[in-house]
Amino acid sequence: MNNHLRDLRSTRGWSQQELGERLEVSRQSVNAIETGRYDPSLPLAFRIAELFGLSIEDVFVSPSKES
Amino acid sequence: MPMSPAVRRYSRRVLVLAIVYVALLLPAVYLLSRHRVAGPLAYAVGVLPALPVAGFFVAIGAYLVEERDEYLRMLATRQSLIATGVAMAAATVWGFLEGFELLPHMVGYAWPIVWFAGLGLGSCVNALIERRAA
Repeated sequence: MNNHLRDLRSTRGWSQQELGERLEVSRQSVNAIETGRYDPSLPLAFRIAELFGLSIEDVFVSPSKES
Repeated sequence: MPMSPAVRRYSRRVLVLAIVYVALLLPAVYLLSRHRVAGPLAYAVGVLPALPVAGFFVAIGAYLVEERDEYLRMLATRQSLIATGVAMAAATVWGFLEGFELLPHMVGYAWPIVWFAGLGLGSCVNALIERRAA
């Protein structure tokens, strides 16, 4: 699933490791989500969105709306 | 595999189980190969080395339950499924060939060894997927 996580992380100046620590997941998890290899569960997607003060739709692109 | 707290607990358990396995296997082989035990006691002694091996499976199950990082849990699940597929397929193929008397008899405890080798293969598959996408 496409998402804006890498851009959001970059605007905060966080490394994948730092974001992982804030989300209490591994750096590998952050990398897998950023590159679209892994779709997070709904609870983790909410944690990610809430960390950036956004809604889930602002972070993740709905597959039905992908061009 | 990244060292999450659950991985550290899993590694500790596997290390303890490996030590227990060796500690039980050596006396069991000694006692049974020299016929020092017989009857029900022989069965009890004979099953002892199997217990820590079964414990390895429990440790893997415990890891899957305890791992809080869902991506790492997915990787371990995929690794275990690959291992299960490899072991079950190998046991099935060998079983048929053995049944047709084309291969010698394979002792049952060989299949957990194949399963553990399958874990290694699963780890390689995970690493390849990780590397390809990095």
